[in-house]
Amino acid sequence: MKTLTSKITFWGTVAAVIVAAGLYSTFLRFTQGLGGVTNLNDAFPWGLWIGFDILCGVGLAAGGFTICAVTHIFNIEKFKPLTRPAILTAFLGYVMVIFALMYDLGRPWAIWHAIIMWNTHSVMFEVAWCVMLYTSVLFLEFSPILLERFRMKKTLRVIRMALIPIMILGILLSTLHQSSLGSLYLIVPNKMHPLWWSMFLPVFFFLSAVSVGFAMVIFESYLSAKAFNHGLKLPLLSQIAGVMSVVLIVNLAAKFIDMAYSGDLPYLLVKGPETYLFYLEMLIGTLIPVAILSVKKYRSDNKWLYVAAVMTVGGFVLNRMNVSVTSLEASSSVAYFPGIYEISITLMLVVLGMLAFRFIVQHFPVFEAHKELPEIIVDAKAFHETELSMQHK
Amino acid sequence: MAKQLGLLFDVTMCVGCGACYEACKTQNELPKTNDEPLKDHLSSETYTVVEQYGDVYTRKMCMHCVDPTCVSVCPVGAFQKTEIGPVLYDADKCIGCRYCMQACPHHIPRYEWSSMNPRVRKCSMCYERVKEGLPTACAEACPTGATQFGELDELKAIAKKRIEDNPDTYYPHIYGLEEAGGTNVLVLSPVPFEQLGFTANLPKKPLPTYTMAALEKIPSVVGIGSVFLAGMFWLTKRKNEIAQEEQQTNGNNGHEK
Repeated sequence: MKTLTSKITFWGTVAAVIVAAGLYSTFLRFTQGLGGVTNLNDAFPWGLWIGFDILCGVGLAAGGFTICAVTHIFNIEKFKPLTRPAILTAFLGYVMVIFALMYDLGRPWAIWHAIIMWNTHSVMFEVAWCVMLYTSVLFLEFSPILLERFRMKKTLRVIRMALIPIMILGILLSTLHQSSLGSLYLIVPNKMHPLWWSMFLPVFFFLSAVSVGFAMVIFESYLSAKAFNHGLKLPLLSQIAGVMSVVLIVNLAAKFIDMAYSGDLPYLLVKGPETYLFYLEMLIGTLIPVAILSVKKYRSDNKWLYVAAVMTVGGFVLNRMNVSVTSLEASSSVAYFPGIYEISITLMLVVLGMLAFRFIVQHFPVFEAHKELPEIIVDAKAFHETELSMQHK
Repeated sequence: MAKQLGLLFDVTMCVGCGACYEACKTQNELPKTNDEPLKDHLSSETYTVVEQYGDVYTRKMCMHCVDPTCVSVCPVGAFQKTEIGPVLYDADKCIGCRYCMQACPHHIPRYEWSSMNPRVRKCSMCYERVKEGLPTACAEACPTGATQFGELDELKAIAKKRIEDNPDTYYPHIYGLEEAGGTNVLVLSPVPFEQLGFTANLPKKPLPTYTMAALEKIPSVVGIGSVFLAGMFWLTKRKNEIAQEEQQTNGNNGHEK
């Protein structure tokens, strides 16, 4: 008990310091403008907030739609205990992304313009709409947890009936904008390093989001099993890890086939920071985790699963940072590295997201979902009955 | 379509006097940013500069692309390609995402980084003047004719003729004719353009075609995707039900035996 309290106090202090620093940076951001708090400039207009907060934030929330697809569309019901935490992570991830946008946009109060001022030729426009719609979808997908907690049975019934179409919509929206984040960079073929620029960027972004979605499910299951003392669903996670390594390999193979076709393979032999970071990305993001998971002993050991998941997440973050920063530095002729205030705001958003996750898990039935399984799944019989009664009317 | 207007800048005729730079500042009511015009850079308060590379001078400004990436990428349509050529920016629509800056192949748009109400800034080809039939301020001020304003087709013809008549003087390329689908600003130079800081590795097709190729796939992704997902849901649900029924019957049989 004593160690527990000291542990909480330590991390609590760290969190408090990070949040305090973040609030100070927030004050600076909204009194001195972007130039006062970021290392961005005319030659390098997008930095850490786009690369990490947006590109990684959306990607790390991908567990929400992949697990939804597995459990509710492919009806592999044994994975259902993993659904709720994944949806919660996704929802909080998107809220964080929207918060981060408020810092990064030069005119955040004008963010609603995207609703009425349409430019359908813009990838950013599509991303904006997908984020708006998908955040709403995630809230609906998450709402049964709130409704159960507050015992609002009637609303719960309505939501459950609509859940499958909502989930299908959510998967479509995710597919679209996970890939669109890659499409954002299609327009800079002359600025981006050829190791990363490809017409298949949208495909790579989608595949890497799927794999990191699974990695995040493993990651948070492991951590929350430790934090909340409920058993780890090891066999489930092993299977998830298996699917994850398949997606990782498919992505890697697609990447190399694409490079071979476009004649970019020789760039792998060029000495330079880009090449080294590319290799690092491949190693920690794909090769090592796949190697770990290919050994059955490690695949069925929760610590090794955790290590593989963490590495996949790390490789994913490196990939997004490489796309958004590394690959663009040479053509911009400036060196960008995020400033202390940029970093502190990003850290604050991460900490706030984690605190929100902990608070919700403690007060709402997120991890108990498996106990109430029959009620959570879509009640097809109830759906049918309501449909019949509506026809009678 | 209205006649396209444009600018022709001939590096061989520029003497680096900075008259265009000063005229632009005056026309756009921009503050003084440097005592020596030749050492200034594009900024939110400088829409055009004269740069010195050895003994040649060149200008940098918005190229007013025929199919502009800034117009294409802006999520709220704050950029507009006017009928007569100039590309304009509307600060009232802008949300400050800076995708225009990220996407511009010519590295042109500048931002008011220290403002709390920041705008994107760039040359407007003196739209207010040229729509009234006047030349741009820079072309009007140029004492040597290095910057020439006129109808784009005529400028193209002039540029071609200059290269044909004096093949020894010019590097045999008109910058802006084909770069990323072409621009309304054409440049002639005695040396290769990358030596003057121009982006030389641009594809010939307009850059927005790259993103359009991805956006065009959205309807089919949505269509095929929703059918696939709904079908999968129905199939797997049915499979589970059958499996359950079989389990029950088998179980019952077992009991009877």
